[in-house]
Amino acid sequence: MAFAKAIRERLSGNEAVATALKQINPDVVAAYPITPSTEVVHYFAQYYADGEVNTEFVAVESEHSAMSACIGAASAGGRSATVTAACGLALMWELLYVASGTRLPITLAVVNRALSGPININNDHSDSMGARDSGWIQLYAENNQEAYDNYICSVRIAEHKDVQLPVMSCQDGFITSHAIENIELLEDAEVKKFVGKYNCDFNMLSGTPTSVGPYDTPMFYFEHQYQRAMAMKNSKQVILDVYKEFAKLTGREYGLFEEYRCEDAERVIVVLNSSAGTAKYTCDKLREKGEKVGVIKIRVFRPFPLEELAAALSKFKAVAVMDKADSFSGIGGPVFTDVRHACYELENRPHIINYIYGLGGRDVTEENFVTVYNALAEVVKTGKTGEIYRHVGVRGV
Amino acid sequence: MEAYNLKKEACKRERFVGGHRLCAGCGAGVAVRGVLRAVKEEDHTVSGVATSCLEVSSCLFPFTAWQDNFIHSAFENVAATVSGAEASYNALKRQGKIDKEYKFIAFAGDGGTYDIGFQSLSGAMERGHDMVYVCYDNEAYMNTGMQRSSSTPKFAEVTTAPVGDEIPGKMQHKKDLTEIMVAHNIPYAAQTTFVGNMKDMHEKSHKALYTKGPAFLNVLAPCPRGWRYPPEMLMDICKLAVDTCIWPLYEVIDGDWKLTYEPKTKLPVIDYLKVQGRFKHIMDDPAKIDELQKFVDKKWDKLLKKCGK
Repeated sequence: MAFAKAIRERLSGNEAVATALKQINPDVVAAYPITPSTEVVHYFAQYYADGEVNTEFVAVESEHSAMSACIGAASAGGRSATVTAACGLALMWELLYVASGTRLPITLAVVNRALSGPININNDHSDSMGARDSGWIQLYAENNQEAYDNYICSVRIAEHKDVQLPVMSCQDGFITSHAIENIELLEDAEVKKFVGKYNCDFNMLSGTPTSVGPYDTPMFYFEHQYQRAMAMKNSKQVILDVYKEFAKLTGREYGLFEEYRCEDAERVIVVLNSSAGTAKYTCDKLREKGEKVGVIKIRVFRPFPLEELAAALSKFKAVAVMDKADSFSGIGGPVFTDVRHACYELENRPHIINYIYGLGGRDVTEENFVTVYNALAEVVKTGKTGEIYRHVGVRGV
Repeated sequence: MEAYNLKKEACKRERFVGGHRLCAGCGAGVAVRGVLRAVKEEDHTVSGVATSCLEVSSCLFPFTAWQDNFIHSAFENVAATVSGAEASYNALKRQGKIDKEYKFIAFAGDGGTYDIGFQSLSGAMERGHDMVYVCYDNEAYMNTGMQRSSSTPKFAEVTTAPVGDEIPGKMQHKKDLTEIMVAHNIPYAAQTTFVGNMKDMHEKSHKALYTKGPAFLNVLAPCPRGWRYPPEMLMDICKLAVDTCIWPLYEVIDGDWKLTYEPKTKLPVIDYLKVQGRFKHIMDDPAKIDELQKFVDKKWDKLLKKCGK
């Protein structure tokens, strides 16, 4: 099959996302600087200054205003986008719900960073995991290529008539956002063709007077929430369809999650974003020793691929779910609780344990994953799950 | 702009219509109608409204009192929200997708403007969006039950600065937001309220709407529930506010200050205070009334100087 021409480049994850944004050429980008996502805004401001985009770039005075401006822009019929990280995402929190509740297909590049406090500028997933129930679709990326590809796909997913929900595309701060890797870019025209023109039926500049964001009484609020929830449910198929179309264009095939060396695996690690690379590396080394280990990398966390993941996990004896964010519930991280829940209806449930790891930029090493695979071996050997809420890479544990 | 004629203006198509649920004697609806009436008939509007009495009373799904476009997203962000809509308009217009003229207006109460929406307002004005920000100033958080804002005048009784045995209501003077907006070097800023045949508000609204760039209008919009006056006294209260110089009417065009109303006889502040229940507790306290009088006099003298009087 002939794919679209690939432009071979070497880019950081931030520049990859900025390039995607330039090629998408949104009507409005409203953004505010925050480490480690600031670079995306730098690049985009330069494209704007050089006249390379046809966008209105609104350099707002806060992330709260960035999301507010995107809400205003999308309600006025413009394709709208923004970028943020960490506390910036937290400051947007109120408006994240407004964006999804108003069914506005805004796209947001999140460069994952730990939330304060104490303040820390390095990577973990406490920011986007905190927003996991805000009605936004969440895509995660292992490397710069996936960050670029996810962002381009996110526009199509968000704007699909069966979805009409905002999408956040996440990548790991510094680890992928600042590391320069090889990447295959699409030509501008191919991206423009793929994302298409934004046609919004309901907007304030359509010529038909439109009221956006009414006061919703108990007579109607519940129905609107149900519609939002169903849109999230619908989005799963749309995401798969968009990925399929993207694969035809690029040859890069994506699903809701990736199964790595899982065919005959007994022990599997579930992980998302850049740590999947380290997990795969460790997996390869253990495979050389004949150990039956594998990795599942979740790409789509919202909507949560419950049935698909359960089916995949049903084949394994023991599973460790890695969380780069704690939910401080006393029972494990957010990915863990959803994954474990997914397996409840299985006849042959694997043992499932949780590891909180890599918080605030703590190095995630091969040794960490060896520890986890060894712990899974112990679970398989004894047949006992033991403590489910575990930590790896933290001192004094 | 042609000479103002109330009868003619009143015959225009209304952009904010009846059926909304604002109280009788409330200034918010009067302010909105007054501002929107100054939009040329052929032009369209996008009105953003901060969470407020105005918002929850005028657009309840599936009804709307707004005949043109309306958006509400949250309490503290109407300026940013409208600036985003204006940005979309500029982008789509440049791309040839829209040819009609749209006017972008943000409405918010004093809570949404002086306090929680202050940063959003300041940012939007500094960025220079072509929009008008209208504060309907009723000097407290009326929507949530009359709590103090930084616009509440000294000694007014409000629910979070109640009159007690030790403390006589709010202990701070009102923030002068209009002057702060003037300090943003925006091309147009003005104070107005409902007086006479509404000429002052109409003309200022028209200037604000048809001045390119950001404009700020501060409209004193009394609240019968919070200020405790009979609803039919709305216009009388506004007249007293300007005649006592508690709420001077002026405009600042490109940095030039202009007084737009000077009372023939400057009335004592007590004439304004005594008709409102929120000041009832200081009516037998001449020292407090005197303090308010001195505060008003000082500010008025300063304003006269700024206006070259």
